[in-house]
Amino acid sequence: MSAQTVQTRPAADRASAADRGGGEQRPQRSAWLFIAPFAAVYLLFLIGPAAYMLIASFTDTSLVQGGLGAWAGLANYQEMLTSSLFWSAMWHTLQFTLYTVPPLVVLSFVFAVLANRMQRGHVFWRMAFFVPFILPSASISLIWVFIYTGDTGLLAQVQQWFGITAPTPVLADPATAMIGIAVATIWWTIGFNFILYLAGLQDIPRELYEAAAIDGATPWQQIRHLTIPLLRRTTTLVVLLQIIASLKIFDQVYLMTDGGPGTSTQTALLLITRTGFTDYRIGAAAAASALLFVVIVAIAVVRQLVDRAQQKEA
Amino acid sequence: MATPTTSTGAGTTTRARGVSAAAPPQRVRATGSSRTFNTACVVVLSVFAVLWLIPSLWAIKTSFTDNAVSSLGAQAILRDTNPTLASYATLLGGGDLWNWYLASFITATGAAFLVVLFASMAAFALSRMRFRGRQLVFVLVLAGIMIPADVLIVPIFQMLNAVGLLNTYWAVIFPQTASVIALFVFKQFFDGLPKELEESARLDGASSWRIYRSIIMPLSKPVISAMAIVTFVWTWNNLILPLFVLSNPELMTIPVGLATVQGSFGQRFSDIQASTILGALPLVVLFLLFQRRIVEGVAGTGLKG
Repeated sequence: MSAQTVQTRPAADRASAADRGGGEQRPQRSAWLFIAPFAAVYLLFLIGPAAYMLIASFTDTSLVQGGLGAWAGLANYQEMLTSSLFWSAMWHTLQFTLYTVPPLVVLSFVFAVLANRMQRGHVFWRMAFFVPFILPSASISLIWVFIYTGDTGLLAQVQQWFGITAPTPVLADPATAMIGIAVATIWWTIGFNFILYLAGLQDIPRELYEAAAIDGATPWQQIRHLTIPLLRRTTTLVVLLQIIASLKIFDQVYLMTDGGPGTSTQTALLLITRTGFTDYRIGAAAAASALLFVVIVAIAVVRQLVDRAQQKEA
Repeated sequence: MATPTTSTGAGTTTRARGVSAAAPPQRVRATGSSRTFNTACVVVLSVFAVLWLIPSLWAIKTSFTDNAVSSLGAQAILRDTNPTLASYATLLGGGDLWNWYLASFITATGAAFLVVLFASMAAFALSRMRFRGRQLVFVLVLAGIMIPADVLIVPIFQMLNAVGLLNTYWAVIFPQTASVIALFVFKQFFDGLPKELEESARLDGASSWRIYRSIIMPLSKPVISAMAIVTFVWTWNNLILPLFVLSNPELMTIPVGLATVQGSFGQRFSDIQASTILGALPLVVLFLLFQRRIVEGVAGTGLKG
C-alpha cells in the first residue's frame, strides 16, 4: 500500500486540476498508474498463461527442461484428439455435468421457492442449504468419503436399515463412483444457486402474487405462471454458471477417487494436471487445456449473448 | 415480522426491500386449502433441511467419538455415548494444523487485501477518469471474465516458476489477484456514485489519489467488505493452486493439508473428521459474523467455485 502511495502521489497531485479536461498528458498518466497494478497481475497471471498455453501446445515443452521445447506443430492436438484417455476424460466431465446440473437447478429452485414462502426461520434455511457451499472442498470430500466407507459407513448403515445386506461400495465401483461424487457435489454447491434464486424471488413484486390470489390462482398456478417465467433470467444464469463450473471439476474428483477406480472418474482437468505435473509433458497438457478452454469460453460467450438478449427483452 | 432477517436476502436493493417487508404479508385471507399447502411446504422444506444437515452433523458426531469406537463403523458411532475431545486435542497439540492455519490465513488475507486494492484502483480509473484507451482497456478486461483460471494451472505454474515465486505464499496470492469480477463489481458501484461528490474536491485542487483515498473508498465500505470476504473464502478453499505451486510441506494450506490426512491418519476416522471440522471452522465463524456480506458478495459476483 505505502509503496503505491509514494509512486502515485506526485504525478496525481500535479494532474488534479486538469483531470476533468480530458485530453491532456498528466491525467492520462495518473489514470494509467491507477490501472498499472491490476494490469500487471492481469497480464502475468491470466493473459500471459493463456498465451503461453497456446504457444506451448504447439511444442514438446517438458517440465524438466526450462523454456519452450522444440516446435511440434499439431502433434499434441493430434495425440489428444486420437487418445482414448482424452475422450474418456471428456466423457467423464460431461457425465459429471449431466449428473449434477439438473438436480442442482431444480432442487435449488424448489428450496428457494419454499424458503421464500416461509415467514420465519430464514437464518435457519440459509444455514442448512448455504453453509456447505463456503466449506473447503477438502472438508466436504473427507466427510463424504467417510459416509461412503465400504461396509461400515453411514450410507451402508442406512442401506442395512432398509434391508440391503450387501451395501454398494459407492466410490470403489466404476459404475457408481461418479454418482457418489455427484451427490457430494450437489450437497456442497446447491447453496450458491439457492442464494441466486432467493435474490431473484425477492425482486418479484409482492403485488403480482396478491393480484393473482385475488383472481383465484392457486399457489401452484402462481408458481407455474408467475414465478417460473419471472425467474427465467436467473435460471439461464444458474444453468450456464453451473455448466461452466462442472466442466472445470477437479477438487472433489482428485480428493475422493483421484480419478479411479482405474480411470473411471478421471475428468478433463485431472488429465491435464496428470499430463503436465506427473508425466512432465507441458506441451501435451497445454494442448488438452486449450481444447477444454475453447469449450468453456464458447459456453461463456453463449452466456454473455443470452444475457444481452434477455436484457434487451426486459 | 419486519425483523432484519426478513430483508437479509441477497442483492443490493435493500431499501426497496425494506419497504416491501414492512407491508404485512397477505396470508390473512388464506383459505383452508392454501393453509394445507403452506403446511406441506414447511414439511417438505424441513425434510430437505434435515437431510442437508446430516453430513455435517455426522462429521461433528464422529469427531467427538474415540478413534477406537469410530473405526468400528457407523453403528458404533451412533450408539456411542461418551463424547471426547481427544481428536481435537491431538490435532491442536500437533504442529501441522497450526502451520496450515498460518498458511491459509496469510494467503487468504493477502489475496483479499490485494484484490480490493488492485481492483478498486483500476475501477476508479475506468469509472472516474477520462483517458485515451479507456474503452479498449475496459473491453480487454471484460474479455478476461470468460477466462477459466483453473484450466490455466499448468501455464500459471510455468509462469510462477519463471519469476521464481514457486514455493512462496506469493505463488498462491498473486494469481488470485487478477480478479476481473472484483474490478467489474467495483466499477459498477463507482459508476453509481454521484459525480458531484468529487467535483468540489477537484476544484479545491485535490489529486486523483486523494479523491480515491478520502472520498470514494470510504463510501465503498459495503463493496470493499463483500469483495474482501468473498476473496478470503475463495483463497482459503482453493485447492488446485496451492496443491501444485507449493511443494514444501511447511507451506501447506488447509485444503492441501486435509488432502494428505486421508493417507496419513489411516483408520483414525475421528481425527480425520475433527480435522475437516477444524479446517472449516474459521469459515463458519466468518459466515456467522458476516452472513449478509457473504451472501451479497456471492450473489452479486456470480462467483462459482
